[in-house]
Amino acid sequence: MSAELGNYALILALVMAIAQGILPLVGAARRNDNLMALAAPTVIGQFVFISMAFACLMYAYVVSDFSVMNVAANSHSDKPLLYKFTAVWGNHEGSMVLWVWILSVYGLAVAAFGRNLPPALKARALSIQGLISVGFLLFSIGTSNPFERLDPAPINGNDLNPLLQDPGLAFHPPLLYFGYVGLSMPFSFAIAALIEGRVDPAWARWVRPWTLVSWMALTAGITLGSWWAYYELGWGGFWFWDPVENASFMPWLMATALLHSALVAEKRDALKSWTVLLAILAFSLSLLGTFLVRSGVLTSVHSFASDPARGAYILGFLIFVGGGSLALYAWRAPSLKAGGTFKPISREGALLFNNLLLVVGCATVFVGELYPIVLDAINGAKVSVGPPFYEKTFVPLMAPLLLVAAAGPMLAWKRADWPGVVQRLRLAFVALAAVIALVYALHGGPIGPAIGLGIAAWLFTGAAVEFADRIKLFRAPMRESLTRLAGLPRSAFGTTLAHMGMAVLVVGSVAGTAWRTETIAVMRPGDQAELAGYTVILNTIGESKGPNYTAQIAEMRLERDGELRDLMYPEKRFYPVQGTQTTEAAIRTTWFADFYIALGDPDEASGGIGVRLYHNPFVPWIWIGASMLVLGGGFSLSDRRLRVGAPARRRVAKTQAVSASESSNA
Amino acid sequence: MSDLPEPSEAATDMRRSLVKRLWFVLPVLVFVVIAVVLAVTLGRQSNEHARDLPSALVDKPLPAFNLPPVEGYEAGLSDADIKAAGVSLLNVFASWCGPCRVEHPIWMDYAKQPDAVPLFGLNYKDQPENASSWLKKLGDPYRKIGADLNGRVGIDFGVYGVPETFIIDKTGRIVFKHVGVMTRKDLDETILPLIARLKG
Repeated sequence: MSAELGNYALILALVMAIAQGILPLVGAARRNDNLMALAAPTVIGQFVFISMAFACLMYAYVVSDFSVMNVAANSHSDKPLLYKFTAVWGNHEGSMVLWVWILSVYGLAVAAFGRNLPPALKARALSIQGLISVGFLLFSIGTSNPFERLDPAPINGNDLNPLLQDPGLAFHPPLLYFGYVGLSMPFSFAIAALIEGRVDPAWARWVRPWTLVSWMALTAGITLGSWWAYYELGWGGFWFWDPVENASFMPWLMATALLHSALVAEKRDALKSWTVLLAILAFSLSLLGTFLVRSGVLTSVHSFASDPARGAYILGFLIFVGGGSLALYAWRAPSLKAGGTFKPISREGALLFNNLLLVVGCATVFVGELYPIVLDAINGAKVSVGPPFYEKTFVPLMAPLLLVAAAGPMLAWKRADWPGVVQRLRLAFVALAAVIALVYALHGGPIGPAIGLGIAAWLFTGAAVEFADRIKLFRAPMRESLTRLAGLPRSAFGTTLAHMGMAVLVVGSVAGTAWRTETIAVMRPGDQAELAGYTVILNTIGESKGPNYTAQIAEMRLERDGELRDLMYPEKRFYPVQGTQTTEAAIRTTWFADFYIALGDPDEASGGIGVRLYHNPFVPWIWIGASMLVLGGGFSLSDRRLRVGAPARRRVAKTQAVSASESSNA
Repeated sequence: MSDLPEPSEAATDMRRSLVKRLWFVLPVLVFVVIAVVLAVTLGRQSNEHARDLPSALVDKPLPAFNLPPVEGYEAGLSDADIKAAGVSLLNVFASWCGPCRVEHPIWMDYAKQPDAVPLFGLNYKDQPENASSWLKKLGDPYRKIGADLNGRVGIDFGVYGVPETFIIDKTGRIVFKHVGVMTRKDLDETILPLIARLKG
């Protein structure tokens, strides 16, 4: 019964979405207030019905209703309850329902918090949201209905891919979706602005928090995925430039660029058509990611049950959304009035530089992602583009980006005094040179990692100095510094924290890649292996049984200089229902390095077990840095100047200006 | 064409604004190229190698195995049976697997075709009584079935998820592996042409 109810609710949501996609748009064009006012109720209706559908699907999973095909294919009665919940989005059909649900949450947020928005802009943006929702609901109902029945019902289900039965991965997809779908907000506002033919600072002030929210969600989601890959796949690595990782990384790069360009659009009324373009590209790349993952064009560990029919639909939708919006851009954007001008050396200049590098960086990832596909389309050759490509192209592009990131916040708007900035950066210069020299002296070898760490030190110092200057630390009495600290806008904390976090993240990924050491050994109880000054002794190997798996667990002594540091328990799990194995690595972290043990396969000849040991310096810094990025975003978001509705009085004036200009347009 | 007239002030302005407009058109042009490439790839994808996951065993000889029969049947299945049959299909199935039910009618239908090649079944990690009642209720399209109770042979085949279907050529080599539900389209567009080629 729940499945039929869910299906019915999805169809009702589609009806609501169609109304939301058409009526307010027509209303805005005809200046009909009644039609425009339909946006809010249709948004609420859509949210209610999709929530109902989502709840029905969840119920089917929780009670293990195997007459629902989706449940039978992805669940099992023995599975722990948490994974019965998360299995709802651990598969293609269910994840599409989650996708539209998140879309409806964002729509609801606009309807709820957007009281101060110009009514026509709000109606148009919500209509565009509605059209996107129509696209995805049709996709869900037409090609990937989660409520399809199975008759006769099987006795038990097929279980969820064991790799996905993990707390880290349980929340990776919803976070990523919050990011992907969140980018539909700047997109909808961009399209609405193109239709209206104007972009003003109020528009940018509206777009920025949505971009920030989705950027934070994307950052957290990507990090969680990376962390999961680190401890679950047992390869000791954290980023593989896997096509699916890239598919989420490209929208992240665009969202980062958009975040910075929206700042210019808001504060200086410049880079407007560029910001609109970034908003379109960011969302189009989200859709492209969806297409690549779900069409089977890319095969990867992440692939959902892929199906060319679904691929064709998403491609069609991508062409409609991306092609349509870019065509609209080509037509309307030239008429957007250019705003404030600026000199190359200025904060705007630095932010534009940041944008160009991020976009070019995104383009290189894009080329690496699509080159194999293109080659396959041309002559059927199968190639894969791996980390060496990205290390040669993407990584060097990030060096100037990070260098400028330290200087950017110190530059004045419009025209900056660059000798003064160089002066303020002298401590950062010292840090850069000292770290490069020190690292090179200690480690020798290729200069690349030394430069990478030097740049991280530069960025961290630069961000710290900029912050210290703002509160006049050590240059004014402590009391004054504290008063200044209290008076700082939260977005200033956000910028500093995020830039410092980026520096910390760079240290983690550069050092973790360059100085990782590993060894592989076949060990029997009592055997020992050496790595990075540590000794590992295999004590015992035992069996254990989980709810839906059996596991082999080893007990390992980690010693340094003959002293016990830790007992570690790496596991290898076997899930009989799907016949697959997973690795649960044992990781001991000192915050400066991880010692990482993964169990391999038993070696029948010697009666031992394969063991892979890794020593990963600074890898924990990646997670710390990424958390700082998210936290920084949170600080900026909580800034009262960005908080929705705060500058209400000014916006009312703007609203009148907008409607005045609209009537003159008409 | 060599002696163009001096451009007038207005013409320069017009050209300048045209160049400016071209910049705005560029993104959509790039997008069109990408969309065409994706469409071509997707087209090839659905024609040629739908869900063609590389298997460790593709282009390798069948692993040696000898499995007991499913409860209530007389003969089991060994690699020798498959080798003796020439070009053939091996379908991995289980009664607990929902998608297997979805593809089952396709196999029932296929087995009735006059030019069908032998279809063998590998009953993967099934309860013996469930497997036999499943076959009794829904029909048995297989020439012979081996019961892989503990999944040991499945591991040798690199079984990734049930259902899976392997195509074996005359010499007893695995030439193709299909992961997931066999649809009518997969069968007609991928499996049958490949079998025809192997037979011919």
